[in-house]
Amino acid sequence: MARTDVELMLDVKAGDDSSFDFLLQKYRSPLVNFLHRMVRDTATAEDLAQEVFLRVYRARKQYTPSAKFTTWLFRIATNLALNSVRDNRHAKLAVPLDAPAEEDAAPMELPAPVMRIDEHMIERDRTEFIRRAIASLPEKQRAAVLLHKYEEMDYGEIAKILDCSESALKSLLFRAYESLRVQLAPLVAQPVEQRAGEGRPS
Amino acid sequence: MKCEDVSKELIACLDGRASSGERQKVEGHLAGCAACRSRAEEMRKVSMLLGEVPAIEPSFGFDARVRQRVAAEPRQRWFWRLVPAPRPAFAVALLIALTVLVAKLPSNRKPVTPVAATSAQEQEEDFNAIKNLGVLENYDVLTKFDSLAETATPDSPQPDGKAQQGDASND
Repeated sequence: MARTDVELMLDVKAGDDSSFDFLLQKYRSPLVNFLHRMVRDTATAEDLAQEVFLRVYRARKQYTPSAKFTTWLFRIATNLALNSVRDNRHAKLAVPLDAPAEEDAAPMELPAPVMRIDEHMIERDRTEFIRRAIASLPEKQRAAVLLHKYEEMDYGEIAKILDCSESALKSLLFRAYESLRVQLAPLVAQPVEQRAGEGRPS
Repeated sequence: MKCEDVSKELIACLDGRASSGERQKVEGHLAGCAACRSRAEEMRKVSMLLGEVPAIEPSFGFDARVRQRVAAEPRQRWFWRLVPAPRPAFAVALLIALTVLVAKLPSNRKPVTPVAATSAQEQEEDFNAIKNLGVLENYDVLTKFDSLAETATPDSPQPDGKAQQGDASND
């Protein structure tokens, strides 16, 4: 029978490092993705994800299962991401003119075998357009959308992570989706049939 | 329900997390409000667009780097596990207990007499006693003293035959 996250963490607390490895395997990808969408830089996202796991390990002796493990994990991740975004905001104001473009640092996505290269370029532009729209949201709105859409957390859990009430969270989410609706208007207005790669016989 | 009231519950209705009562209210409003219905449809599309962003995989060495950093963390020694938490409070309590214990130890202990000095004093007294034995000039008397000392040992037979009587009574 599979152990729950809380049971695994209690085993880590008791000195079982293999249980920590289970948690690492389970949450490495969600954490890196969440942080990548927050900070928009792969290396920084991985550094922050490492820091999250290290903080979890350091806090193992004080761990008490008072909340869901994911709430605790993503709360650490959100705080680290928000701090990183705020710290880098000032640093980015002084980017040299010969610095590489931001999209050059984005992870390479290989085109699907059924897509032509021009379709892939359109798809990549489209994905980048959506990414930029997410990145343009204020930090807290961005975190709320990511936890809601990609981590599929319930409102209570997201509210605990962001340290706000459920009512405030619903308003936050509405404002975020409203901003995205405006920013993604060209794609939203596009009929679904016109999407590159869709409706194409495989 | 007004348009501004719908905004708060709209996302929860679209993702299916609203309660049935809230959903009925929102759907009732959308049925009669074209602007909110259009907005709701666009937000549904936004949610679908967000789903198009592909996930990335952590780099090859990610796990190894986490394990390396975890392994570099200072390990707790076994005896620290025996010390109850919170450890600073325990340390202070232990220090106070030791201080009280040391303070309660008797301070007016008798000075220890050196063994060597005592034996030397006894030897000197014996020597003076022997030196003053003027009446015991006869060597035979001294030898009798030695023989009397031998008879005083518990292994030696009793001169009055008490041991023999004891043996007889046992029979």
